[in-house]
Amino acid sequence: MADLKSQIIEQLNLQEVKPEDIGDDQPLFKDGLGLDSIDALELIVLLQQHYSIRLANPDQGPEIFYSVRTMATYITAQQKQPG
Amino acid sequence: MSKQTAYITGSCVVRKHQVYRNGALLWQEAPSLELQEFLRKAYDRFSGQYPKFHKMDPLSKLGWLAAEVLLREAPIEDHLPEQVAIVLSNRSASLDTDLRYYNTVKDIPSPALFVYTLPNIVIGEICIRHGFKGEHAFFTMDSFDAEQVVSYAQLLLDSGVATACLCGWVEVMDQQYEVALFLAERQQREGAVAFTAAEVKKLYAQQSGS
Repeated sequence: MADLKSQIIEQLNLQEVKPEDIGDDQPLFKDGLGLDSIDALELIVLLQQHYSIRLANPDQGPEIFYSVRTMATYITAQQKQPG
Repeated sequence: MSKQTAYITGSCVVRKHQVYRNGALLWQEAPSLELQEFLRKAYDRFSGQYPKFHKMDPLSKLGWLAAEVLLREAPIEDHLPEQVAIVLSNRSASLDTDLRYYNTVKDIPSPALFVYTLPNIVIGEICIRHGFKGEHAFFTMDSFDAEQVVSYAQLLLDSGVATACLCGWVEVMDQQYEVALFLAERQQREGAVAFTAAEVKKLYAQQSGS
């Protein structure tokens, strides 16, 4: 998850945030890390660029991008899927 | 022609990695610095505590920083948010960011860059920071045209639409940039000069070192 945190920081230009500042279960949006709707789109781009994962159903977004842990779980599950 | 008087109650000019407020050099950095490095240092020097700054494009960063420097010393809270107008202009519109965005289109288009592919976004960033809700306009012109900017700002002040107007020039293309912001108010304050194209030109030229 440390790598994912670094990727999030780089993708979203969070220059005043360090990986250790982001809790594994901390909400990424609203009162958590305070990300906005454009950041949500950038997280979709991150999945595509770094993990070749295309988000098939945008309705899943709030669930997948709730925290670093939920993102990591989703990435791991996608990578385990055959072909 | 305006029938009423307004005053220039503050100015901020940023060029050649030098920051001037009201004609006085406040801070400077080595001319060899890349623009983004200069902007980051200027942010650390004059602001901080506004993480959204790092997501802005260079045009918005420049306008936002100049507004930050200028308004720090200006009694802008005397005005209703709905009566603070912004009238800006430049030469390259948002081309600097448009080209950067175009380069991402070949791969995966960047949403974060796309939102800055309009020149008036810099006005939005200043408004968000200071809570302004007044009229605004952004003009594209070959070079800073004080007559046009002053005449439009004066119209807003004369018509009562605004009691204060932040106006001027915010240009960037690659490493070349220049910002000149002026605060015009109805109310005269100490050290203020008449809000005329001639006075604006004088301030703009003085701080260019020419």
